[in-house]
Amino acid sequence: MERIIFGDNQFFAVNHISDEKSRAQSIKFKDDSAIIKTLDIAIASGINTFMCTTHDRIANICDIIRKDPKKYQDFKIYPCMPYAHKYANAVTDLGIAGTLKQYVPGNFVSSLLKGGMAYISKDFISIMELMIDAEMKMFKGINTPVIFLQNVITDLLLGLGMTEFLIGFAKHVKEKYNAEPGFITMNLPKLLDVLEKGGIKNPIICASINKVNFRMSGGKEAYEKILSEGRCRVIAMQVLGGGAIPAGEALEYVSNLPNVESILFGASSKQNIENTVETINYHDQQQKRVVL
Amino acid sequence: MTKIALIGAGKMGLSHLSILGAHPNVEIVGVCDTTKMVVDVLERYSGYKCFSDYLKMVEITKPDAVFVAVPTKHHFIMVKELLLRGIHVFAEKPFCLNPMESNELTILAKKTGLVNQVGYHNKFVGTFREVKSLIENNSIGEITHFLGEAYGPVVIKKKSENWRSDPSEGGGCLMDYASHVIDLINDLISPINSCKGSILKSIYSKNVDDSVYALVGTELGVSGVISVNWSDETYRKMSTSITIIGTEGKIESDANELKVYYKGDKFPKGYSKGWNVKYVTDLTEEVDFYLRGEEYSAQIDYFIKSVAGETKNNINSFESAWKTDKSISLIKNQSSL
Repeated sequence: MERIIFGDNQFFAVNHISDEKSRAQSIKFKDDSAIIKTLDIAIASGINTFMCTTHDRIANICDIIRKDPKKYQDFKIYPCMPYAHKYANAVTDLGIAGTLKQYVPGNFVSSLLKGGMAYISKDFISIMELMIDAEMKMFKGINTPVIFLQNVITDLLLGLGMTEFLIGFAKHVKEKYNAEPGFITMNLPKLLDVLEKGGIKNPIICASINKVNFRMSGGKEAYEKILSEGRCRVIAMQVLGGGAIPAGEALEYVSNLPNVESILFGASSKQNIENTVETINYHDQQQKRVVL
Repeated sequence: MTKIALIGAGKMGLSHLSILGAHPNVEIVGVCDTTKMVVDVLERYSGYKCFSDYLKMVEITKPDAVFVAVPTKHHFIMVKELLLRGIHVFAEKPFCLNPMESNELTILAKKTGLVNQVGYHNKFVGTFREVKSLIENNSIGEITHFLGEAYGPVVIKKKSENWRSDPSEGGGCLMDYASHVIDLINDLISPINSCKGSILKSIYSKNVDDSVYALVGTELGVSGVISVNWSDETYRKMSTSITIIGTEGKIESDANELKVYYKGDKFPKGYSKGWNVKYVTDLTEEVDFYLRGEEYSAQIDYFIKSVAGETKNNINSFESAWKTDKSISLIKNQSSL
């Protein structure tokens, strides 16, 4: 994985501290061209990996990328599935069974609901696989070397003790897409234990990692211990602690942590993107100097 | 270990179940739901004992406490049966279809001394907690007026009917969405006890209201406006906000950001004259397990602690939810006049 990964929250009005800022982003990125323009700035700054949810609008971005293979030849997308609000709203409206009926391709779920089919354990893993395939459709022909499960699903399954789905996700992503499975979580210590027990060694985990213990459930000390042991390949997200830490200080902290393979960040302006990249590069070079 | 059972493994039920499953002091002894597919998955992959009859479940599993997350119309009878069996109860919101039912449950809970809580999670949101403390300390002077709002994209086109679109099951924007705002106002300012005018408007739904607009008054004589619309797709998810105007200042808060204006030189520690902005990230305590917002984990943790006798059990009690049901009913009745 590359050292710096570009995120997509700013494109979809996801802002953890201000509804007003979220509205401003929603206006700024109304057109797909505004998203592409910002992605191009990120690419020009040396970032070639875009980590994004499987939001409907990403399908349009994928179309644009596919049309210009030369320009985007080194460009990689790390899909994060599912776009949870799509399903959450559907569950509110249609219930759990109705949602599955709507989003799982084919007649599989209808047959299950009618009870016309005998249940076997593998059925539910198969439903998940069909849902992964439906989410992956929009990325056809695009390089997706790592595929993530969104934190709300990872953590829901984690709390419910449904490890088999986490393992099943990893297996399907590897076998069908020849990609590495990744997990986004707000509960890294707990998740890592469960994945290791399930036989997944050195998993790719994207977690909130910052100086102020923001959304680091299980506690900062547990996170730092895991990092020092190098038991997983970590992408640090929410490095600014939801805006609580000044950018320079936040990046210095996370850049100097051991075994953080990548840092994920999102920004809307050219200046913010370039500053962030420069700051991370600066700290990495300082580190190298110390090592030498 | 507190032995917990859950009735209703829908969206809220599964969320509670996951947080409970990760809680170090909780043992999940049973789950009751009527959707076969959900039950099959929970039995097979989580290993929970599942039931389709909740009374049978409590008889066999003998839980200390039960989470009730079924449609509101079933709350009254289920909660009553549970209390009569000496079981602590956490019920989802809105509490009951009418305030008479909630009153009866409140009295019963008090009489039995059992722990009782309703899932109005906003009271566990850092910004709103801070608003409560600012108001309790009288920091913006005498409160003259408020505006309570909630908007979100629940029903954004004409579509299939479910329990949320059935008024007799507790569906509709007033019951489901506006109840959050009303409960918050009742807690922060004082219970809404009059309604001068209200409009319950359907936009896409056939049988229920999709928006609620009301002019109300509270026990302490504060006037206010409620404006709630769950058919507003300019919001990515539910956004609840409150504006409180006082003689010495003004508070504007949503679940993310708190803005406070102080007119003069009297202000609490950490604030100053003019505008002050604070973010939920600075006002939130970390939780042991995070699923979809610290407040969901915090309210469950509070309930578990209450069962263990470690809190006063006075946040989101049945009594406060009963008052909210009364306010809801006032607004509803006014609109049909």
